[in-house]
Amino acid sequence: MPAPIRLRELIRTIRTARTQAEEREMIQKECAAIRSSFREEDNTYRCRNVAKLLYMHMLGYPAHFGQLECLKLIASQKFTDKRIGYLGAMLLLDERQDVHLLMTNCIKNDLNHSTQYVQGLALCTLGCMGSSEMCRDLAGEVEKLLKTSNSYLRKKAALCAVHVIRKVPELMEMFLPATKNLLSEKNHGVLHTSVVLLTEMCERSPDMLAHFRKLVPQLVRILKNLIMSGYSPEHDVSGISDPFLQVRILRLLRILGKSDDDSSEAMNDILAQVATNTETSKNVGNAILYETVLTIMDIKSESGLRVLAINILGRFLLNNDKNIRYVALTSLLKTVQTDHNAVQRHRSTIVDCLKDLDVSIKRRAMELSFALVNGNNIRGMMKELLYFLDSCDPEFKADCASGVFLAAEKYAPSKRWHIDTIMRVLTTAGSYVRDDSVPNLIQLITNSVEMHAYTVQRLYKALLDDISQQPLVQVASWCIGEYGDLLVSGQCEEEEPIQVTEDEVLDVLEGLLVSNLSTPVTRGYSLTAIMKLSTRFSSVNRIKKVVSIYGSSIDVELQQRAVEYNALFKKYDHMRPALLERMPIMEKTSSNGPTEIVQTNGETEPSIVEPKHPPPVTQPANQANDLLDLLGGNDVVPVIQTTMPSKPASAGGELLDLLGDLSLSGGPPPAPAPSVPTSQPSFLLDGLSSQPLFNDIAAAAIPPMIAYNKNGLKIDFTFERANPNPNIAVITIHASNSTDADMTEFVFQAAVPKTFQLQLLSPSSNVVPALNQGTVTQVIRVLNPQKQQLRMRIKLTYTLKGSPVQDLSEVNNFPPQSWQ
Amino acid sequence: MIRFLLLFSRQGKLRLQKWFTAYTDREKKKVIRDMIMLVLARQPRSCNFIQWRDLKIVYKRYASLYFCAGLEASDNELLSLEVLHRYVELLDRYFGNVCELDIIFNFEKAYFILDEFLMGGEVLETSKTAVAASMQETDTLQETMEEYMSKPAY
Repeated sequence: MPAPIRLRELIRTIRTARTQAEEREMIQKECAAIRSSFREEDNTYRCRNVAKLLYMHMLGYPAHFGQLECLKLIASQKFTDKRIGYLGAMLLLDERQDVHLLMTNCIKNDLNHSTQYVQGLALCTLGCMGSSEMCRDLAGEVEKLLKTSNSYLRKKAALCAVHVIRKVPELMEMFLPATKNLLSEKNHGVLHTSVVLLTEMCERSPDMLAHFRKLVPQLVRILKNLIMSGYSPEHDVSGISDPFLQVRILRLLRILGKSDDDSSEAMNDILAQVATNTETSKNVGNAILYETVLTIMDIKSESGLRVLAINILGRFLLNNDKNIRYVALTSLLKTVQTDHNAVQRHRSTIVDCLKDLDVSIKRRAMELSFALVNGNNIRGMMKELLYFLDSCDPEFKADCASGVFLAAEKYAPSKRWHIDTIMRVLTTAGSYVRDDSVPNLIQLITNSVEMHAYTVQRLYKALLDDISQQPLVQVASWCIGEYGDLLVSGQCEEEEPIQVTEDEVLDVLEGLLVSNLSTPVTRGYSLTAIMKLSTRFSSVNRIKKVVSIYGSSIDVELQQRAVEYNALFKKYDHMRPALLERMPIMEKTSSNGPTEIVQTNGETEPSIVEPKHPPPVTQPANQANDLLDLLGGNDVVPVIQTTMPSKPASAGGELLDLLGDLSLSGGPPPAPAPSVPTSQPSFLLDGLSSQPLFNDIAAAAIPPMIAYNKNGLKIDFTFERANPNPNIAVITIHASNSTDADMTEFVFQAAVPKTFQLQLLSPSSNVVPALNQGTVTQVIRVLNPQKQQLRMRIKLTYTLKGSPVQDLSEVNNFPPQSWQ
Repeated sequence: MIRFLLLFSRQGKLRLQKWFTAYTDREKKKVIRDMIMLVLARQPRSCNFIQWRDLKIVYKRYASLYFCAGLEASDNELLSLEVLHRYVELLDRYFGNVCELDIIFNFEKAYFILDEFLMGGEVLETSKTAVAASMQETDTLQETMEEYMSKPAY
C-alpha cells in the first residue's frame, strides 16, 4: 500500500475543491484510505492519518472512527505521536465518549514521565477535559506535581488542580498543603496560576476563604512590586508590567476583602495607588482600572475610595472607546443599588448613551436608566425614555414599554401625566406591549375617576388615527364602552372637548368589528363596548341591529356574546340598565402586591368630579345622608361614590353603597376599596352575583349574632374573614320574617364610623318570605384597618301588608373577634 | 474562565475550536453556528462585547480571521481582549507575520501554542518568551525523534 498522503498535501487538495459535493467526495475517499490504514495497524503512519482526520473533523465531517487510534498514539513512545494523540483526544474524546476513561492509565504513566514536556501534555489534557472519574483517579499525581520545584510543571499542575476542584469539589482539601508557599515563587507563570487556584478555592469554600485571608499582605506586596518595578520586557504590555497577574490579584483581593474590615483596610492603600497611577491611554490600563473599581465597590472600602471608583466609571462613560463605555454601564448597573446617589450624578451621560449607535451599549443604557428613575427625575427621564421607545429597534420595544409602565406606576407625579404616558406608549409601541398590560391599564383608568372624560377622548382620537395596535384598540374600546356618554356630551375638563356624535362613535366601534386588523379578542371587546353604549346612548335600535347580526357570527365567542346580548334586549330588557352600569373601582390583584400607594409627590390632585353616570332607579341621595347624620356629625364617612355592583332589580328598592373615603386631599393615602374579586373588566356580567361571594373562604370561627329583632323581622349577622386582606370582615346578614305576611321591597342599609370602610353587596332578594320560610341574605364587607371596635347603624325599610315600615337601629354587640 | 475559543474566517469557516467545558457534539455545533452568526452580523465599529445567554462573548477581528471567546459573568472583558491579542502575538512570533493560511496549514501548531498559553480556560503563562521557548524545545524534541526514525513525521 503506498504511503498515505501527507497532511499539508491533503489540505491543499481539499482547498481546490470548487463545490461542497467535490469536497465531500475527496473527504470520503481519504477517509476510506485512512480507515484501511488503521485496520492494518500501521504504527508509522498512524500519526499522519490521525492528523488528517483532525483536519477533516474541523471541516465538520465525522471522525469518531479515529478515537481509538488517538489512544494508541498516546500510548506510543514517540513524542510526535503523543502530541498528536493528545490533541486528538482533546478534540474527539470529550468526557461523553465511552472510550474517554481508557485514557486514564496512559495519562497516569505520562504524568510520571521523565520528559517534562510529556508530563506537560498529560497535565494539559487532564486539565482541559478530564472527567470527574479521571480527576478522582489522578488527583494524587497532580498534587505531587504541584509541589515540584520545576516551574514549568508547577504552573500546569496548578491549573490542572483548578480543573479537578471544579469537577470534584470534595477534593479541594487535598491541595491545601501544597498551596503553602505558592506565592513565594518568582516565576510569573506559577504566581499567576497559583492566584487562580487560590481564587477557585476561596470562591468555593468559606473555610478556605478564612484560611487564606492571611495572605492579603503578601498579595498586596506582590501587586506593589508589579506596579513599582521598572520595565521588564518579558511581562510588559504597553508599559504595564504583567497586567494578567495584576488583574488576577485584584480579583482575589476582592474575594478576600468582601465583608471583612481588616482585610479591606489592608488593601485600601494599594487600591488607591492602582486607581490613580494606572495609565489609561490603552485598553490594558483600563482593564486593570475596571477590575480595581469592581474590587473597591465590593469590599468594605472607605467612602473616599468609593467616590474615586464611581468617578473612574464616570470618566469611562465619557471615553471614546465603546468597549469602555459598555463596561462602565455594566458596572454602574451593578452599583446602582448600593450607591444610588453617586450614580445619579452621571445620569445625563447615561441618558445620552441611549442615543448611541451600538446595540450593546443601548441595551445597557436602557437598563441603567430604568434603575435610575425616581420620584424627582421622573418627568425628565420619562421624556428621554419615551423618545428612545419611539426610535429604538423592535428588540428593545417590549422591554422598554414594560419598564415605562412600571416606572410610571411607581412614580407618576399626577394621574393625568400617568394617563398621558400610557397613551404615548400605546400609540408608539402598542403592538409590543405585553399581554397583561391591557387589564392593568384598564384598572388604572377606572381608578382615575376624575380623568375618565379626558382619557376616553384621547383614546377615541387615537383610534381615529390607527386601529392596528391591538392593545391600544382593546383599551380604547373598553373605555368608549364605559365612558361613551362622557365622550358625546363633550365634558372634558383637561383639554378642548371634541364634538362627536353617537353615530360617529358607533361607526368607529363597528369599524373595529369588521376590520381585518382586529384580532378575535379585540372584536370581543368592541362588541361588548357597543352593547354597553345601549344604556348610555339613545340610538338603541342601531345597537340592537349590530348585536343581532353577530348572533350568527362564525366566531363562537362573538356569537355567544351577541346571542346573550340579544336576549338581554328581548327578554331581560328591564335588567339591562343595571347590568350595563359603570364598573366599580377595582382592587389590584394580590399578585401586584398588597395595597399599592401612588406617590403623588406633592403635586395637587384635581378635585374629584362626581361621575355623571345615569343614576339607576332612583333613591334620593339624601336618604343616605340622613342615615349618616344620625351617626353624629364628625364621625361620618362622607359619601362620594354611589357606584354599586348590579343587582336583579325586580322593583324599586335601592342599595346605597356607602363606600369609604376616596378623598385625596390630604390625609393618609387611601387604600383601594375592596371590591368584587374579578380582574376581567370586559365581563360586565360578573358583578351580578346574588350569593355571598366569600363562602369558600375559611371561616375564622367568629360566632354569629343577632343584630336586630323587632316586629317579626330578625336579622342575624354571620362572619367570615376575607382573603387576602385580613382587615376585611365579611358579614352576611340573614333576614327572616316570622309574621304571617311577606315583607316586600325589603331594603337593608348600613353606616359605619369614619375609620371604617363599608361595602354593601347585592341582596339575594327584596322579599322576606313570611313565617320564616326563607331568608334574604346580603353581604357586607367592612374594612377595619385600625382595628377599632366595630359599630354599625342600620336602617330597614320594607312593606308589610301594604304599609311601609321603616326602622333605625344600632348594632353594638359585635363579637370582639370580628374586629380584632 | 473562558468556556470556549473559536477562530473563524469572514466567510464563516471554522479554523480552530477549543472547548474548555464539556458540550455535546450537537451543542458544540449550535454554539459555533450562533457565534458565527452573531459576530459576522456586527457593524464594523461596534463594541467587542455581546451578551449571549448567560455568557459574555468577546470577539476581535484580525485581518481575515475573527477570534471569539465565550466568558463567564465574573470575567473581565477588557482583559480578555488582551488575552486574544496576546494569542495573536504568540502566533505572530512563531510563524513570523502570521496570516490565515498559516493557521489553516499548521492548525496543529496553533493548538500547541494555545495549549502553552491557556489551560482549563485560564491563562497559564504570562510571559511571551516563556511560551516561545517551550514551543521551540518541543519542536526540537519532535525533530529529534523524526531524525531518529529517519522517516517524516507527517
